Amino acid sequence: MTSALSITRSANPPRAAYLDFPLGHTAGKPNQPRLNRDIVRDALNAFETLKQPGQVSMLPYQWADDDAWKDGVMRPRSPVAKHDDSRVERDATPQYQTEQDRALAEAELARGGCATCVWLDDPA
Amino acid sequence: MPNTRPPVDYIERTRAQYDALGYPPYHWVENATPPPWAELTKPLSQCRVGLIGSGGIYKTGQVAFHYKDDTSARIIDTRESTATLRATHFAYDLTDARSDPNVVFPIDTLNGLAREGFIGSLAERAYAFMGGIYSSRRVRERLAPELANRVVRDGVDVVLLVPV
Repeated sequence: MTSALSITRSANPPRAAYLDFPLGHTAGKPNQPRLNRDIVRDALNAFETLKQPGQVSMLPYQWADDDAWKDGVMRPRSPVAKHDDSRVERDATPQYQTEQDRALAEAELARGGCATCVWLDDPA
Repeated sequence: MPNTRPPVDYIERTRAQYDALGYPPYHWVENATPPPWAELTKPLSQCRVGLIGSGGIYKTGQVAFHYKDDTSARIIDTRESTATLRATHFAYDLTDARSDPNVVFPIDTLNGLAREGFIGSLAERAYAFMGGIYSSRRVRERLAPELANRVVRDGVDVVLLVPV
């Protein structure tokens, strides 16, 4: 599935289903299980309907009554503010959603590690 | 009003944003041809479906992703409640994913499609990572093969990839 058509066409997977929603909603809208069921069903159908490598199934859903949301996406305000820079310096500190998550994970690590975490060594 | 504007061209908008910030252009992955084609060998209603998502989903008790080229992944049990799933990512608005992780990691959605028989089953293990990784090489050489090997071992017939 994808909500970024140009990036997907550049990466060129064997098959894809495009949903014209804002980023962060590749598989639907929050707390709308019936809509999301239809979207994911239609996306899965691409496994059976697409017959040529590189084809993209265009899913027939729209985010809102109009497409005004598209105007503001990644349009830096003028003058460009540091706030718009997503490439700020980062470090390897886990970014927990809640402090409780941090406590639970650290307790789990203290008991011997995160058994369901997949750690990969950095290639030389 | 029907859709009146074309799809958002994120490559073009990233280029414009980087230009405005004085950065050199971002190098998107470009593949002239798709990877080898694999035909579906049985109907979806008989397929075991896998799920891999890059929306930064983890489960409470697991270590969260960090934001510096984190190429680790989390194994998510698809039989457990999605109420304990969390979302962390630096490049999209997390509000809706934190309200309902199915918007980027559709476990409940796929379990529902399995219950109604549209798919044969959902694999017991799904895989999550945080897709804000600037090194495409590390994804191509380490993370992607690792996840591909795992879903093959899990015995899936098809995998739904849900990037953000």
